[in-house]
Amino acid sequence: MQTIFALATARGKAGVAIIRVSGPDAKEIGIALCGSVPEAGRHGVRNVVSRDGEVLDQALVLFFEGPRSFTGEDVVELHLHGSIAVIQAVERQITASGLARPAEAGEFTKRALLNDRLDLAQVEGLGDLVEAETEAQRVQAQRVFSGEMFEKMSRLRDLGIRAAALLTATIDFADEEVPVDVMPEVIDLIDILSKKLTEEIDGSFVAERVREGFEVAIIGAPNAGKSTLLNALAGREIAITSSVAGTTRDVIEARLDVGGLAVTFLDTAGLRETDDQVESIGVGRAIERALAADLRVLLETDDFVMPPELLDKIDLRYGAKADATGSGGVSGVTGEGVDRLIADVSEVLVKRVAQVKTAISSRQRDGMSRARSEFLEAASVLYSTRESEIAAQHVQDGLRALDSVIGRVDVENILGEIFSRFCIGK
Amino acid sequence: MKHPDFDVVVVGGGHAGVEAADAARRAGARTALITLRRADLGVMSCNPAIGGLGKGHLVREIDALGGIMGRAADASGIQYRLLNRRKGAAVQGPRTQSDRALYAAAIQAHVGGCDGLELIEGEVADIVLNGEGVAGVRLADDSEVCAKAVVLTTGTFLRGIIHIGDRKIEGGRMGDRPSVALANRMEGMNLPMGRLKTGTPPRIRSSSINWDVLDEQKADEDPTFFSFLTTKVQARQVACGITHTNATTHEIIQANLGRSAMYGGMIEGAGPRYCPSIEDKVVRFADKDSHQIFLEPEGLTSDVVYPNGISTSLPEDVQHAYVHSIVGLEEAEILQPGYAIEYDYVDPTCLTTQLELRACPGLYLAGQINGTTGYEEAAAQGLVAGLAASLSAQERDEVQFSRRESYIGVMIDDLTTRGVAEPYRMFTSRAEYRLSLRADNADERLTPLAMELGLVDEERCHVFEVKAERLEKGRGILGSLTATPKQASRVGIAVNEDGKRRTGMELLAFPDIQIGDLVALAPELAKLDAATARQLKIEATYATYVARQKKDAEAIDRDEAKKIPPEFPYTDVIGLSNELRSKLLRVQPGTLGQAGRIDGMTPAALALILTKLRQLDRMSA
Repeated sequence: MQTIFALATARGKAGVAIIRVSGPDAKEIGIALCGSVPEAGRHGVRNVVSRDGEVLDQALVLFFEGPRSFTGEDVVELHLHGSIAVIQAVERQITASGLARPAEAGEFTKRALLNDRLDLAQVEGLGDLVEAETEAQRVQAQRVFSGEMFEKMSRLRDLGIRAAALLTATIDFADEEVPVDVMPEVIDLIDILSKKLTEEIDGSFVAERVREGFEVAIIGAPNAGKSTLLNALAGREIAITSSVAGTTRDVIEARLDVGGLAVTFLDTAGLRETDDQVESIGVGRAIERALAADLRVLLETDDFVMPPELLDKIDLRYGAKADATGSGGVSGVTGEGVDRLIADVSEVLVKRVAQVKTAISSRQRDGMSRARSEFLEAASVLYSTRESEIAAQHVQDGLRALDSVIGRVDVENILGEIFSRFCIGK
Repeated sequence: MKHPDFDVVVVGGGHAGVEAADAARRAGARTALITLRRADLGVMSCNPAIGGLGKGHLVREIDALGGIMGRAADASGIQYRLLNRRKGAAVQGPRTQSDRALYAAAIQAHVGGCDGLELIEGEVADIVLNGEGVAGVRLADDSEVCAKAVVLTTGTFLRGIIHIGDRKIEGGRMGDRPSVALANRMEGMNLPMGRLKTGTPPRIRSSSINWDVLDEQKADEDPTFFSFLTTKVQARQVACGITHTNATTHEIIQANLGRSAMYGGMIEGAGPRYCPSIEDKVVRFADKDSHQIFLEPEGLTSDVVYPNGISTSLPEDVQHAYVHSIVGLEEAEILQPGYAIEYDYVDPTCLTTQLELRACPGLYLAGQINGTTGYEEAAAQGLVAGLAASLSAQERDEVQFSRRESYIGVMIDDLTTRGVAEPYRMFTSRAEYRLSLRADNADERLTPLAMELGLVDEERCHVFEVKAERLEKGRGILGSLTATPKQASRVGIAVNEDGKRRTGMELLAFPDIQIGDLVALAPELAKLDAATARQLKIEATYATYVARQKKDAEAIDRDEAKKIPPEFPYTDVIGLSNELRSKLLRVQPGTLGQAGRIDGMTPAALALILTKLRQLDRMSA
């Protein structure tokens, strides 16, 4: 495998810039540039010198010997001064050595995966960790990166293996002293499995929201002060406001950190019957986005008529233009009630985030959904025809689907479970 | 004495050896079978039964390929029982108690009456090698038998030790002495070896058992035979007795555990988890106060009973004490004490899928020497090795048995890819394609192959063709029959009122529908015979699953199609753990699919191998 290198920190002026080199020739490159590298696991200060003997920078150099490194290969890190010119000069020198090529996007992580330093779920967690902007995103990604997915799936898999073992025992050891009717226990196991999988699957949708950000739609009649509220939330003028009803036509977004969650507030066109073609497109779009949003906040006015699509879909409601009405609602002009609104939104979303289990990606969700439907199919076969070999086939297929989340189940796992539980051998 | 030259020489006359010699002969090789005594052919050294779950499937497959075991089992069956009779056809396993004498007689009659198969009585002392591989064998009288290929089916002879308490006897089976020179030759090859153990119960005189107080287990009234050629029961059917161990039995065993060869630390080999000794059962399942024992008669005329369930390595006096504590056995006379036997086996991962030693071309191994247990497993390997040796000696193309097509394929792949950690026994759960690999369709799966290779006689071809023709006709009728839900309900078949037309096959898949229920929709179905109707019902039951598995298998086929060349440079693959690398080097998987089944293999490691394969492809392109 060829040695690769890349700038590990963001490109641009900074205090420190780190170039990471990974692969069989990493050490040799370090020696070519710095004369020597520190022993594995240590650091040392070295002059980075070009082939012509010119000193490019003084750097802190670290050497990690494979497999005890992030990628599992030999890794050299050059901590340089964060100058654009220095970085470019050092990169040129590495390329000129002919020993390494620039890494492709994600290639360091891919090598970590190939070398079994990370499992697939951990890689997904790592990607999210690097991308994390809010506290909730960080916590969620860290949970996956730390391998929690593996532990959780292993526990679920153990339940599936037990169900398979019970069915297998009645099939393969029919002439032995094994229980004749294992159905109640298998059904119990499948109940637990499908419940846990359902929790994970539901949680994964919320997890996606945590990662992508929640959407909160502000809706109300025209001129209810929605755009003024959005500007107050954002702390800057992003939506045009005027006293003319129907000023907002398109959906305008503002992204905020609400109690550690990424939340996008949507300002929408005021909802009313209108003959104006452009405005009516805006109203249609407002309803559509409001339906798709995670949360709908209504600024209430006397003249508001609820469109039928949004009936029973309102999560929070406040009196509009509290400054003018003195009704104790929300006002973007005076800021009255805005903190309460944010606190309310945060409370609702935090409750939802509590549903997040470990699954975060659609790949994980797919595997778990397929597994769940196989397990449920197995239970339904047991209820209807009691054909244990067909139920066993579904359980096996369910286990295989779980495999796609973390790894393989072997017939030996199932036989092992049987032999430890039942006295086989007449 | 000068022996004539042969294509194939088979060493050993047990279940593997007999089947190997017969397969080699049928595939057209001039074949010799060398055994110590003619009378040893077809001896059952453990319990007198053939078949069971997974095992019964193997026997049907052997029979479908024209092998001997199924017919010999039918010639000697004295208590047929179809296991899982009330479950689906895919997991039903035929089994029978066999009369030892009748079984051996059937085997000996077959071997004796075969053209192209010569029986040599003698002890093989050594294997003769030339530069490239095997050239034949040398007998104890120093004579040589030349052959292009040699199949070794020598069971437990490698460093075999019998344990009865603290007594040790060298030998592969009670009364047989081990072949030291041959064992030394094998050891000289520096093959990876492991150590296993297995046990037998004491044998009891039938007339000393108080049968009157015991429950019995009767034979099936409508027996399911092993051979596709068998049409009727050939021996009188008898019942087995059933008794149980009790608290006293367990106390006696507990008190003497230290004197058991196993628990006294005298045995190092790994025993089978599915066939524990009575000591094991008492220790590991301490909460059970009783274990079942089947008292199996060894034959119609024999006075020997095999008490299945109490194998042991305790000293003789303890065996007497615990046997006499059991109901019905109070006065039992022990004819031969139970014993444990420890032996070396050759790690089968150093064999090719032809069961040929990679280190010694022309030398094939089959049976217990490969770490398996059971007559059926041995016979199936014998058939594979004998066929492979025969084809190779005649420079014909080799045959691969795949996991998708047969239990034989499952076993060969398990052995050569994963090796064994305990004596390997077949279970239906080892077969991923269990719903397609059924005992009832072994002939459909394998007989065409046997016909193509010229392994089967005219009688079998005829029986198979008649059956295939009838099935085809039935499938045709069912395929052209379609019915709306209304039409179906009019003849008493309740289906969803979804307006969908269903084919006859789809209707037949409903659990309580039989061919007879469809006659009203397609009168010509009435003409089908009972066996064909039964077979079609089974096909219909599993049709959707078989189709689904076929789809799954396509992904697997892609991996199987990705060949790994024999000289693949695993040492150049960076990122492979040392453990996996050494496993890969030992197993030498032929395809990426096989590599994926190696124990401990990770998707990441497979990706590395695939990357390297592509790199090699590019270089050679």
